[in-house]
Amino acid sequence: MSDASFDASTVTAQPRADEASFGDYFALLKPRVMSLVVFTALVGLIAAPVPVHPFVGFCAILFIAIGGGASGALNMWWDADIDRVMKRTKGRPIPSGKVEAGEALALGLALSGLSVIMLGLATNWFAGAFLAFTIFFYVVVYTMWLKRSTPQNIVIGGAAGAFPPVIGWVAATGSMTLEPWLMFALTFMWTPPHFWALALFMRSDYDDAGVPMLTVTHGRRTTRWHILVYTALLALLAVGTAFSDIGGPIYLVVALVLNALFLRGAWVISRRTEDDAEMDNFKVERSFFKLSLLYLFLHFGAILAEALLKPYGLGGWS
Amino acid sequence: MSLRKSHELHQRRFSRNLGVGLTLAAFIVIIFGLTIVKVTGTDFNMAIQEGQN
Repeated sequence: MSDASFDASTVTAQPRADEASFGDYFALLKPRVMSLVVFTALVGLIAAPVPVHPFVGFCAILFIAIGGGASGALNMWWDADIDRVMKRTKGRPIPSGKVEAGEALALGLALSGLSVIMLGLATNWFAGAFLAFTIFFYVVVYTMWLKRSTPQNIVIGGAAGAFPPVIGWVAATGSMTLEPWLMFALTFMWTPPHFWALALFMRSDYDDAGVPMLTVTHGRRTTRWHILVYTALLALLAVGTAFSDIGGPIYLVVALVLNALFLRGAWVISRRTEDDAEMDNFKVERSFFKLSLLYLFLHFGAILAEALLKPYGLGGWS
Repeated sequence: MSLRKSHELHQRRFSRNLGVGLTLAAFIVIIFGLTIVKVTGTDFNMAIQEGQN
């Protein structure tokens, strides 16, 4: 069968010094964003009042994470042009020339389909449909539409990042109640101050790329006030959640401390001028951004602690 | 046709091929595990009973 034989030595593949490794394809899935998706989806799944088989739970989280990663790859495919301009994103696999844009599209589409089908089979089709909607929302509504057309891009687009705990909850229960939407609202309201603080100190990036961030369209003073207003609304929501079925005394203490710190940070940011910020190289804005990471992690950590302690009669208010 | 390394391409893409191979192997393990869990779980028994009724 010499016709079917293949002598690889005759292939003249062009060696590329920057050839993509497996890690470059993995980087398309935005692993750091995926870690947030994994954690919040896990909290949603465990906080749900219906027990899930551990292996099914593991698979549910895995496929939600893959779905999140797939939308990250599709985001990188669409945004390759602006990623080349921004300092923060220049090193991503497509702008650095390691991965072709078409490869990212193919990987994103394949993993989207796989994750939705597998989540549907592993848990229920309501959860699968919800994951499909989340991918659609992040890729089409946020990336393709809002990101380059409105300064409210972060506000509405933040919904995509807020869906994972709801998907986790639906994967466990197959139904919807108020509690997963409280977790959704927590992430949704947290996203704008988190990203606007980043936009304040990564200022030239969004300007250069022409992304209509609030800092570019409405000015930095307005952005500082927006951070304060959103943080105040977030604090009300975060503390109020303590008195729902997913809250409890541990969560209440965590929420009171963190929201006091977060409000204080937002207040200081709102009072600062650009000269103040230039003088200390945006020290306050940078520390507010770091605190925002801890803020979300500890809030969800407290919800998780309440849920894990419930079987021992310690979690929640009962 | 023998399965021998006949091109430097194999060395260059070893990490990528290994990664894909391990990912596929993990996927098989997941499918197998899910099947076992579903077959031994209550959902499957209920479906059989419904079918008999």
